[in-house]
Amino acid sequence: MAYSVDFNLRPIMELELESLRGDDTAQDSMKGTGLESGSRETLEMEVLTTEGRDRLASQMSDVRERADERSEESIQTNLLVRKRWSTTTLRVLSSMPSRSIGQQSRLEIISQCNIRSTQLRRYHRQTQDVSLSSRPSIRGYGIEADSEDVCEEETKRQELVNNLQSLSAGDRVRLLRATPLSLAEKTKLRKLVFSDKVGQSLLSSQVPCCSLLKRALCHIWFGCLFILSSLQLWQVALKRLGGRFGTGVLSYFLFIRTLLLFNVFLFLINGLFLVLPQAIYPPLHTPSSHRVTGLELFTGTGYLSNSLMFYGYYTNSTINTSCRPDEATAGTGCGTTSDPHMMAYNIPLAYCFTIGITFFITGIVLVYSMSKSFGRSFRVFKSQGNMAIKVFCSWDFKVSKKMSVRMQSENITTQLKELLSEVKGGEEEKGRLSGMAVHLLAWSISLGSTFFCALGIHCFAKYMHLRRLEDAEGEVSVLHEARLLALPGVVSCGNLLLPGLFNLVSWMENFNSPIVRLYVSIFRNLLLKVSILGVLCYHWLGKIAAEPEQHGLQCWESFVGQELYRFLLVDFIFTALYTVFGEFIWKLGLLFTPLLPAVQILKLLLLFHMKKSSLLVNCQASRKPWRASQMSTLFISLLCFPSFLGAIVSVTYTILTIKPSSGCGPFRNLPFMFHSGKQWAQELKSTNHKLAWLNWVHHCLVENPLFLFLLAGVFLMVIYIHTQVLDGQRKTISLLQKQIENEGKDKKFLITSLQAIHEKRQYPLSPSSRPQGSEV
Amino acid sequence: MGTTASQLGKDLLSEYQELTFLTKQEILLAHKRYSELLSKEDRNLTSVPMEKVLSLPELKSNPFRKRICHVFSTSDMKDGSLTFEDFLDLLSAFSDSATLEIKSHYAFRIFDFDDDGTLDGGDLEKLVNCLTGKTEDTRLTPEEMRQLISNILEESDIDKDGTVNLSEFQHVISRSPDFVSSFKIVL
Repeated sequence: MAYSVDFNLRPIMELELESLRGDDTAQDSMKGTGLESGSRETLEMEVLTTEGRDRLASQMSDVRERADERSEESIQTNLLVRKRWSTTTLRVLSSMPSRSIGQQSRLEIISQCNIRSTQLRRYHRQTQDVSLSSRPSIRGYGIEADSEDVCEEETKRQELVNNLQSLSAGDRVRLLRATPLSLAEKTKLRKLVFSDKVGQSLLSSQVPCCSLLKRALCHIWFGCLFILSSLQLWQVALKRLGGRFGTGVLSYFLFIRTLLLFNVFLFLINGLFLVLPQAIYPPLHTPSSHRVTGLELFTGTGYLSNSLMFYGYYTNSTINTSCRPDEATAGTGCGTTSDPHMMAYNIPLAYCFTIGITFFITGIVLVYSMSKSFGRSFRVFKSQGNMAIKVFCSWDFKVSKKMSVRMQSENITTQLKELLSEVKGGEEEKGRLSGMAVHLLAWSISLGSTFFCALGIHCFAKYMHLRRLEDAEGEVSVLHEARLLALPGVVSCGNLLLPGLFNLVSWMENFNSPIVRLYVSIFRNLLLKVSILGVLCYHWLGKIAAEPEQHGLQCWESFVGQELYRFLLVDFIFTALYTVFGEFIWKLGLLFTPLLPAVQILKLLLLFHMKKSSLLVNCQASRKPWRASQMSTLFISLLCFPSFLGAIVSVTYTILTIKPSSGCGPFRNLPFMFHSGKQWAQELKSTNHKLAWLNWVHHCLVENPLFLFLLAGVFLMVIYIHTQVLDGQRKTISLLQKQIENEGKDKKFLITSLQAIHEKRQYPLSPSSRPQGSEV
Repeated sequence: MGTTASQLGKDLLSEYQELTFLTKQEILLAHKRYSELLSKEDRNLTSVPMEKVLSLPELKSNPFRKRICHVFSTSDMKDGSLTFEDFLDLLSAFSDSATLEIKSHYAFRIFDFDDDGTLDGGDLEKLVNCLTGKTEDTRLTPEEMRQLISNILEESDIDKDGTVNLSEFQHVISRSPDFVSSFKIVL
């Protein structure tokens, strides 16, 4: 039954509460009732005996008037209207446990902390001596702090201190930090807890032995963290952007920063294990004369093609640290292994392992961050309501500029008005059929344009290769080198123009919600990128790598590496916003161009500063609402992960099926690239018997498909268990909600009973003029 | 008690690090900014009056600035003045690493304009007015306001008592993944 609750409670309540404070008789009765017996009915009976009548007279007249007007059914409704609640009801209500937080009752918070610390203790130590009630009792929840309250607080505090002392140090710190008490209170608690352990800081361990080692490790760890946090890249710039444009825009720049740090890390790995050894002991090459024009930086040809940048430079043999470059003969390793003090560094193996480890770490980091952000945004119980969330959670506290605050207010107002009109207007039955037709048309346009773009790029690539062959026969000139940039240019143009077409198309469509529109547009863009990349990969790996002689190439890997390098640069120049392409390119390029992370680092640095300055100069915050956390989930899961998967597939295909070129690179003269691993395993078996088990492990795990099947099976089982748990949690949540509703009904019933009893008490002589409900 | 000395002692610093979610750098920066607020006043003051706190650029344009000061202030006079420890409490609740529970607890107290422990219709109305701004054309009409409040209560009031208490508020907040990232203030 719907009831209208009047919310103008405050002035009346304040008045009543103030008058109550001076009422000693009422307090005495509160103490005297023996509050251990928690029955609410006895409580209210005792309290009612001390009511002063004159204070209530005005209220009673109101109630009398209005009660006469209503029917019996609405008596309960009547009694629930707050204006006419008696003072006792109000007092009981205001001291309800669920409301005591507003009066900053430290007791309540300390009790909660108590409960949590006891739970933690039970979880860790399995002790059962302390039995705290699961709900804090009503005892002592007065409005003012009288002596009994203070005693109560002291006991509770002492209990809390005892509980805290029995927890481990880490738990204690975490519990204290997460308690919403003021810092002064927490300091007091902490002093009490540590009063018997004078002068010990938390860094000292509980165990007497190896305490020095632990302390040293802790110091080192905190020192590292401090250095990392002080290297807060772009902190000031990010704060300016966040203050002006809000969290949504900020998430894009945070994404760029994450990518940059990741690239730095990969560059370090690659550099230390691959580039540095080869740089220190360069292989012999026949020096070829190249004219140095500035174009080499963009095309990657010329003197760059025989440099550390590309695959072809790396030798296929073991470097021995004692040899010197002038002693080496072309094509073979330098020196012999006769000197026992030398360290042998197998370059092909290093190449394989470094690239493999790089991909592995990338995969792990991506999966971890995806699962974390997905977990944050996925909710077990999704209900329809949006307005409460919008009102409570949409204010961005980071925004500090006045203009931006005003813009944010306007945004929120617009959104609220839209939501309200949606609810009011209901669902309009727009012509369903015409909607379907428009959608079909839009999808056919986008898919068709994607197909034709891919086809066009395929034909253009073929044409460019033919031209290149012709050029190669002639003299090398600047124009010929510049033509190498044509394909990347065309691809980037396609990348830029087609999404514009998609935007136009989606503008004419009618979507249910803006988020659906966003997902559809992202999907179309992704499809476009995937098809273009598919065509290019087919070209590089399927055509060029398979028949390198037909394309006049001695070292196809270097050529592919150079193509990727060109694509990266041109993509940066053309499109600074869509990094999907760039992501795929650099991941694929890792195999053929070990120094690509360095280029990507430079590109990301420039991108950040370009975007930042353009935003700040433009000085217009976006009018469209951004949902910040979903954006970061989107970035990682929809953009990074497919490009990573695509790159993994391409690299695996390359390693397993394509024959490496015989003239260059660390894998020359091998039938397939992964044979280097096999070779090494066999070498290991013959030279070092202790490590032969590695070979066995490799044979069992990598070459045996059964292991992968088992792994996949275990994975599926874990997923199934999690979905069942989720299902169960959903059911639990709906049951609990029903239970809370029932409790609410109980509360209403009790309030009305209280009020009814009170009224009956006050006016026992006039039962006829007041039809009472039968709640008593 | 808060310190107004120009340097924070090492013990105090490590204690603050343990009890709040702030890093050492953030605490030092907070100390510096707090001292700047005090610099024109008497050095013996242990708390900064509300007007000075509201002059911080991070809080100046925030529509909830007065409520924030009142919630974090532990002064007996209830005038919204903040000691240094109150200031640290504020920054800790609004920091990056604060838990959802702490943030939702303080958000609830900030939105509870009449400090009665629940969000009733009056609180919700004041909240929406803060969100929509002061100008006349951005405010909602009374009809819209009523509709909005009844919708909010319908969605979030589980025990149907006409108000949103802390647990119901936390339940609503937990459904929104944006809350943690938007309830942040960085010095």
